[in-house]
Order: sequence, then C-alpha cells, then structure tokens
Amino acid sequence: MANFFDFGLTLDLLRLPFVQLALVVAVVLGLLAGVLGPLIVSRNMAFSVHGTSELAFTGGAAALLLGWDIGNGALAGAIIAALVLGLLSRRSSEYDSVIGVVLAFGLGVGVLMLYFYKGRASNKFGLLTGQIVGQDFASFALLMACAAGVFAVLAVIYRPLLFASVDPEVARARGVPVTALALVFAVLVGVATALGVRTVGALLVLALMVTPAAAACRVTASPLRATVLSVLFALVSAVGGIILSLAPGAPISAFVTAISFVIYVVCWAVGRARGLTRA
Amino acid sequence: MTAQPQHLTASPRTGGAVSLSSARLAYGERVLWDGLDLDIAPGEFVAVLGPNGSGKTSLLRVLLGLQRLTSGTVRVAGAAPGRGNRGVGYIPQQRALDPSLAIRGRDLVGLGLDGHRWGLGLTGRRDRAARVAAAIESVDAAAFADRPVGLLSGGEQQRLRVAQALVGDPSVLLCDEPLLSLDLANQRAVSTLIDARRREAGTAVLFVTHEINPVLPLVDRVLYLVDGRFRVGRPDEVMTSETLSQLYRTEIEVIRVRGQIHVVGAHSDLCEDNPHHDHEVG
Repeated sequence: MANFFDFGLTLDLLRLPFVQLALVVAVVLGLLAGVLGPLIVSRNMAFSVHGTSELAFTGGAAALLLGWDIGNGALAGAIIAALVLGLLSRRSSEYDSVIGVVLAFGLGVGVLMLYFYKGRASNKFGLLTGQIVGQDFASFALLMACAAGVFAVLAVIYRPLLFASVDPEVARARGVPVTALALVFAVLVGVATALGVRTVGALLVLALMVTPAAAACRVTASPLRATVLSVLFALVSAVGGIILSLAPGAPISAFVTAISFVIYVVCWAVGRARGLTRA
Repeated sequence: MTAQPQHLTASPRTGGAVSLSSARLAYGERVLWDGLDLDIAPGEFVAVLGPNGSGKTSLLRVLLGLQRLTSGTVRVAGAAPGRGNRGVGYIPQQRALDPSLAIRGRDLVGLGLDGHRWGLGLTGRRDRAARVAAAIESVDAAAFADRPVGLLSGGEQQRLRVAQALVGDPSVLLCDEPLLSLDLANQRAVSTLIDARRREAGTAVLFVTHEINPVLPLVDRVLYLVDGRFRVGRPDEVMTSETLSQLYRTEIEVIRVRGQIHVVGAHSDLCEDNPHHDHEVG
C-alpha cells in the first residue's frame, strides 16, 4: 500500500511507451463511451451492455485459447452478442431474462476456456479486470479503425437515433426506422464494448459505458450538454484510472470504477439539490 | 355547443388533405374495413370513433405509412404516406415519460422538426431554434420547455406534443387519442390548440378517440367504425340511435344531454373508458 501514491514512480512509469499508448487508448475509449453513453442510458440498455461485454470476454477467452488475437476475439464475441440482443424487442418481457441467460452461458464458456488455457495467468486475469500491458500497435490500429468507424456511423444516424431512443412511438410515426436503428446501435455499442474489454476488463466495462452518462443525465436534461459532460466524465475516469493504477500496479478497473462512481454520487447529489429528479 | 363550422360540406375531390378510395384493410381472414372512401378537406376536423379492434389505430397507421392497404389507394398531404411526408404531424396518446429521461421539452419539439433526418444537422441551427421557439410559444409552453420532459404534468407534456406535431408546419394532423388520461381542463386546452391551428392554417385534423364529447363542438364529420361496417357523416347524422344500432347490429340508444352525446347499450363493445388498444395488430 505504501506506493499507492508514489508520484515519483507514477511519473517514471508515465514515460514508458506502453503506458503512453495505454493513455491514448483511454482517451479514445473515453470519447467513444462518453458519446454512446447517454443513448445507452436513454434506451435502458445498461444490462444489455453488460451482457455484451461478458460475451466479448467469451470471445477473448476463445481467442486466447486458440492463440488468436484477443482483441479480434473480443470484437467477434461482442458483435455476435450485439446482433442477438439487438434482434430482441426492447418491449419484450423476455428481454432482461434472455440477456441474463445468454450472459451466464457465455461467461461459463469463457471460464471453461480459461481453465484449458495454459499460458500466462495475467492474460486470464487481464481479460476480466483490464490491463495496460499487451496493448501492441496492431491492436492499437484496430482500435483506431473501429473507433473511427463508430464515430462515422454515429454522425450519420445520430438525430434519428436520438429520436428513436427518447420518443420511439412518434419517431416511428415520422418514418424513422426504429428497429433497424436499434440493431445498428447495438453493433456500435458492441464494438465499443469490445474495445473497452481489452483495457477495463469484461467485468467492469459498465464503469465507462454507463456510469459517466448516467451521472451526466442526473445534472442536465439537454442531450448536447449530457453528451459533453458524459465524455468529460468518461475521459477523467479512464485516464485517471490508468494513472492511479500505475504506482500500485493494481488492475485499472478498480480505479476507473472508483472515479466514475464518485462522479456519479456527486452528480446525483447535485441533481437532487436542483430538483432535477423526482425520487 | 352545437355551432357547426361553415366549411364542412362538399369537400372537393381534388386537393384533399387526406384521400382514401376503395380502401380495404384485412389481416388474413379478418377484414377491418373495406370500400372506405374518405376525403378530408383542408381545415376539416374528422373524428374517428369505434370500439377497440375496429381499425381506428390501423387507419392512422395506414396514413402514417406504417401499414399498407390490402387494396385501394391512399394519399396524404398530396403524396403517398410514409417517410419523408413532411406534410404530416402526429400527436400520440399521453404516456408517462421516464422522469430520468435526459431530454427537455424543447428537444422533443425539435425532434418533431428534423429528428427523422440523417446527419448531425449542424447547419441552420439559428433558424431551427427560432422555429422551435415559435412552436413552443404557440402552445404557451415556454415556461416549462427547458425542464426535463419526464418531470412535467400530463397536460404540459401533451401541449409540447402539439408543438412537436405542428413545428414542421403540417397540412394534415393525425391524432391518436391525444386527450386520453388528461383532466377536463387540459383536454379543453389541448383540443383548443388543435382547433386554433386548423382554423388559422387550414390544417386538416383526423382525430382518433373513444370519447367524442370533449371535441364535439369542433367535429365537422365523424367516421364511425364497427366490425368492418362504417358510417361517415356529420355528428348529428351519425351519432343517432338509428345509425349506431345499425352499425352495432344491436339496440343502441343515443341520448343528448346538455350538448353532450351519451351512447347507451352494448357497453362491452363501446368501452369508452377502456382505452388500451393494440398497436401491433389493432
């Protein structure tokens, strides 16, 4: 515990290229999660994000076992999960339970694959709780390409997607392809989740994808301001989490979740005080 | 209460705001309506009445382009119904919006203007803001338009819904039970706003409802649907014991009390206070 706040050590570590790479990754992830987050919150998709991240874990574990790139495995797992969950109707009473069923099964399969994997133990742990080592330039390029793709698609569909997310009935009446957009959005979230799994770990992707946006929605009802705040909170959580994790060498996710949780509590209290919430 | 607007008769065949001819809608064996001819003139207020499952909401879905006619033709605001038909405004039922939804009334109205369009919409922000502000002003909602919409009362939300439907300057306004679950004062406020619009801008109104009384003074014509049978005409033509008895094929008595119409008999079918209808099939 002594080196928890060893700033000298932290500064030394910040000079390492792989740490700097991890920070760039954190910035990209923060941007992605921050922009997608308010839409995820509006659509009540937190649990489905969790399910998607668990299946990204399954994909990553399968890739680890088979000797493929973990990032590609996670991406494949998350996109398959997103398509399956995206095809389910949000109104369906089965929605929550199907996510639970698929999530549990995927997690179980992933655990079994890790059991069979005889390589480095830190690889296994890292898949669940995040790691900064092992961000090589190949996976970095993939991350950048995926992030650019998500932003490009989002720029085209943002307005109808927002309409469909907050006001689906009128959006449908106005000709917005609500069902198709749900599927596209689920895939975007799946891609972002898979990228997050690599850094934050499968268990705690929610800390980046949902918590910052949920915090932002506590203090403003403007979609634009919510998005700006959500990006800011996600960046602080992701970058701050990495920096704080350096000296103790502890898993990133612990710090990312702690920072985002504190932000949420503060925002909740502010929103409460300003009468922006009913309960 | 019984004053009739002047422009209700002889709607011209051309230039109609809504035009259905020989329209048939069936789901498999089940025919909701057939041979439906309806021309709604600009500025006309048509109420659509009938029991659950009679195809009221399906008619709206046809006009919105969400449901294809089995046969016949339909034109709305001079074009085929569907995406990109900018001449159509839509007001849904008041439903409790999630109080935690991060959206203000102003945003909801803005989405009514351009929410269906692709892209980020970064150009023309000032013009857009002015149009949205004018629409909010026109329903007297400026005082609460910047609050989270889920925290507003049902009446406030429904006024914003009217602004959302009118901000695109539609020539046809489609309303799906917009007064449902509002108290009397708000029912009057919302229906007055809709009435003002059609008088000032000549917007045709198709108003699906279970309960004609709140809008009776505004209604030019009634389309009454029952089990595939229907009747179109002025309220005093359609809302009679004789006509409704024919439609329902059972003894129905229509009683007029202090300018209101009460339909007695076949309660289970009329279900005026049983509002839920099925959006998937109904």
